[in-house]
Amino acid sequence: MLLLPGLYHLLFISTALFFIGMFGFFTRKNLITMLMSVELILNSVNLNFIAFNKYLWPNRLDGVFFTIFVIAIAAAEAAVAIAIIINLYRSHQSIDVAQTEEMKY
Amino acid sequence: MSGSTIVFYLLAILTLVSAVLAVSSRQIFRAAIYLLFSLIGIAGFYFWMQYDFIAAVQIIVYVGGITVLIIFSIFLTQNAGELLPQQKIGKQVFAAAAVFCSFALVMLQVYKNNFIATTEQAIEPNIKAIGERMLATTAGGYALPFEVVSILLLAALVGCIVIAIRSTTTQPLTTVQEQDKI
Repeated sequence: MLLLPGLYHLLFISTALFFIGMFGFFTRKNLITMLMSVELILNSVNLNFIAFNKYLWPNRLDGVFFTIFVIAIAAAEAAVAIAIIINLYRSHQSIDVAQTEEMKY
Repeated sequence: MSGSTIVFYLLAILTLVSAVLAVSSRQIFRAAIYLLFSLIGIAGFYFWMQYDFIAAVQIIVYVGGITVLIIFSIFLTQNAGELLPQQKIGKQVFAAAAVFCSFALVMLQVYKNNFIATTEQAIEPNIKAIGERMLATTAGGYALPFEVVSILLLAALVGCIVIAIRSTTTQPLTTVQEQDKI
């Protein structure tokens, strides 16, 4: 039955989440909203790992470990990004990527 | 239609709708709250797949940690009630078209692919099994990545403090005033 949720439905959702995050990354100019888009992308990857672990290799736990490590690295990434954002706001009074061009060259 | 199916589609609607609102809302605080609901929906998917430990980690780290961090940084850097600037409509249309085409391409490949599941006995992904495998030093154990990630986290947090610390050389006036107060 097509409506019964399974691997393909979860892959649809995670792919949709990935490209929604991608859309946010293309259109947003504010650093915090870009960070939020990155979080959406990372979450879609985690959902993919867990779905493959559940439906294709239920005899192993590798997907679970990859998800745990991705979550840990995402937490570190968010902390560093927010420290940089706050420091940038302190020196430029703005966190718009169009107005902070000193690191460009 | 069973209860499990209904719960799946409700979670899908919650996750995708709030994700779309999180990337399109012009009020940044609302965008953060929509992101919170999207992350809760993903935790619901982990519960739906009966990966309880991952769902708990998702709620603790993402919903309780990263979203609160984002909300605090919004408080520190944005003026209340200020809307984000409107983007050019052409750029938005181009981004939406590019994203939709890529999505269609990826989904086409996924539906054409025939995934073959293993036939071996499934193991229960409970905390005991995860913990034993996490600290095993035998083949298939994850002790080394665990240590590497812990060092990475330590380095990242020390780096955050170094980046965000207020240096006294750049703002001598305030430090003098503060010293006068003391």
